[in-house]
Amino acid sequence: MFKQVFQVVASLALALPLAAQDLVVRGERVHTVSGAVIENGIVIVKGGKIVAIGNERQVQPPADVRVVSAKVVTPGLVDAHSVVGLAGYLNQPHDQDQHDPTGPIQPELRAIDAYNARERLVEWVRGFGVTTLHTGHGPQALISGQTMVVKTRGETIDEAVVVPRAMIAATLGTASRTKSPGTAGKQLSMLREALLGAQEYQKKLKAAGDDATKRPERDLRKEALVDVLERKAPLLVTANRHQDIVSALRLAAEFGFQLVLDGGGESYVVLDELRAAKVPIIAHAPMARFVEELENASRSTYRKLADAGLTFALQSGYESYVPKTRVVLYEAGVAAAYGLGSERALRSITLDAAKILGLDARLGSLDVGKDGDLALYDGDPFEYTTHCVGTVIEGVVVFEGSR
Amino acid sequence: MRSNAPLLFALLALSVPAAAQELPHAFVGARVLPIAGAPIDDGIVVVQFGRIRAVGARGSVEVPAGAKVVEVKGKVLMPGLVDTHSHVGGGWGADSSAPIQPDVRMLDAVNCRDAGLQRAQAGGITTLNVMSGSGHLMSGQTIYLKNKDVRTIEEQCYRFPDGAPMGGMKMANGTNSQQDPPFPGTRGKSAALVRERFLAAQEYKRKIDAAAGDASKLPGRDLGHEAMLEILSGRRIVHHHTHRHDDIVTVLRLSKEFGFRVVLHHVSEAWKVADEIVAANAPCSLIVLDTPGGKLEAMDFDARSAAELERLGAPQLVAFHTDDWITDSRLFLRSAALAVRAGVSRETALAGLTLHGAKMLDLADRVGSLEPGKDADFVVLSGEPLSVYTRVEQTWVEGAKVFDLAIEEDRVWAEGGWGAGLARAGALCCVGEEVK
Repeated sequence: MFKQVFQVVASLALALPLAAQDLVVRGERVHTVSGAVIENGIVIVKGGKIVAIGNERQVQPPADVRVVSAKVVTPGLVDAHSVVGLAGYLNQPHDQDQHDPTGPIQPELRAIDAYNARERLVEWVRGFGVTTLHTGHGPQALISGQTMVVKTRGETIDEAVVVPRAMIAATLGTASRTKSPGTAGKQLSMLREALLGAQEYQKKLKAAGDDATKRPERDLRKEALVDVLERKAPLLVTANRHQDIVSALRLAAEFGFQLVLDGGGESYVVLDELRAAKVPIIAHAPMARFVEELENASRSTYRKLADAGLTFALQSGYESYVPKTRVVLYEAGVAAAYGLGSERALRSITLDAAKILGLDARLGSLDVGKDGDLALYDGDPFEYTTHCVGTVIEGVVVFEGSR
Repeated sequence: MRSNAPLLFALLALSVPAAAQELPHAFVGARVLPIAGAPIDDGIVVVQFGRIRAVGARGSVEVPAGAKVVEVKGKVLMPGLVDTHSHVGGGWGADSSAPIQPDVRMLDAVNCRDAGLQRAQAGGITTLNVMSGSGHLMSGQTIYLKNKDVRTIEEQCYRFPDGAPMGGMKMANGTNSQQDPPFPGTRGKSAALVRERFLAAQEYKRKIDAAAGDASKLPGRDLGHEAMLEILSGRRIVHHHTHRHDDIVTVLRLSKEFGFRVVLHHVSEAWKVADEIVAANAPCSLIVLDTPGGKLEAMDFDARSAAELERLGAPQLVAFHTDDWITDSRLFLRSAALAVRAGVSRETALAGLTLHGAKMLDLADRVGSLEPGKDADFVVLSGEPLSVYTRVEQTWVEGAKVFDLAIEEDRVWAEGGWGAGLARAGALCCVGEEVK
């Protein structure tokens, strides 16, 4: 198989001029994530895509293409949930665009209208090997707005964006409580009313068909929720207390939307329910502060989710104060050490994260045809004292150094 | 490690501490990191009466007859960690009435049964400097705690030679302590308010000196001035929150003007003014953050500060802290490891978790290294201290085990889980129970 791939590469190399998105990456240990670790592995990226991967006997790197090397190579890391780029590192009012406090339900707020591609936090996480961020409106309102998927590159949103609208972000529990909603019951009542309103809107749209004169007036809010009802966008529900997690399941069953559970601090006491509902989980960071609704959270949760057969990813999450963002590489290391194991921990910030985002055909592992996104380390990526020494996005080296 | 059962409690109180102290314990076979000396690959540590009796390589140290031998082969044994800056204990010192409140004591505010102290035990922390926050120029007296299981704070605090509870004084500059009046609104005003207060304390001292022991001539007692005098005399060390390079230099300037002893805390931009810090011989209790920023004064945080001080020949000025809840007491080892990632030596990093911190609290005669005569405060680790995969397996304070990862009730403090966020007395009823 590798031989065939190389033949393809060879013919491509002849046909195409040397491009900026061509690169050879060599690693003493290459973690493909989808398959076995390759010792002395070579990954060939052409036109931004992986065109060959194998060991030195299987893959012949083309001449005249830049080569970067490291002890350990992994897929570019995928942070399954962040607010980076909307939330800035200064933590001043002018750089906090992840939450608009003027209303409890604002699914029409687009992440693409709020993302600062030049934010220092983007540069920061890129330097640890993070190539993809699922970022957007934060877990601070009942429905705070939309999320999106970006690569950690570019000087504008247009150069960064992968999926302009990924999910709609909702939050249960005290984080989204204001004067109203002020209780758990009111939160669910307001969500149900909003979704019922969207169902009415959806009916009118269907009834109008192609007749523009009969269509209801455009309503950005309802349009976004109709897309949730029609499973075009998952509802990402942040819930940490067990009763809030079960409420999210109940809501999803009532309206039939695609639920992605975020946080899941007490998910370990409702594993059966989560398994029955086949809900993917973007689990809280293991170093998130275990206070308030995370007071019963545990660093052993990840092992329990894995043993229960659930699909989950790790995230950097939202932080209101120092540090303004966590780093998924660090978080996965702690999860690995607290029972998850390194292999699964790496998967939770690469392939499993990509799966939950619906992007596993393109991201998350080192396979031919996938984006040439890679992270380079000078040792075990999870060790505290290891450095990230390079980050590659679609064949372009976007970070070089030692962090 | 604490049982909630009153009967067991009473029995323990009567029997175990005394017995544990009388019977020598010999910890055999670990890689021992004494900090005060070179690592010992196959070491023996003998403890008795709450103190370390002997430390050395197998063969060079005699295991006393009748000693309880604890086999710790394959483990790493090092001194209990010293956290020079922590907010566990749920206490608040100064209130919002004034920016300078030296009279307020954390002694009167800490909940000695707070879950945070248990979590600190799970992280191997055996000595803590617990203090108020940084929202004041001076938020009150800190308290140095021995992290053992106690019933009252009186049993937990270190003491000055005269028996008074031991601690420093918390101060802050920069942005956190700037608020609406009567708090300062600028850096210049912050420094002016502090200087006025020190001058007033000097005046108070002059009156006391002038009275020359004549009680009728003494000024009236003033709790604030009395605490300030303890700073001026050097008995009480100032623990000074400071991040930005100019704020750091301001602290050094004030310290020089009034002659107070100071430990710089957080010191995010120490790497920018390392020369000045070393010239002033000012110890640094460093925070290590995952990401710069989160607030303006931490925007140029860099974990290389420890390495920079070491490069300038002053590794002894390097210690670390958790600032719990800013970073997690259970992962204190990680702070030093990330400093190694940023260039400091492992030797300095480990001393920065232990002996250097002890010196910054005037406690190096009792803790911070494994040496005969010092308190038997130590941790047993599953492996190399600065590896992400290493776990704190046991924590011992004054010869008594206060944390054991193998015990289910203790594990919850290490990893979290049901009840982990609650004060310990209320939590243990629920350990291991699932809520349906």
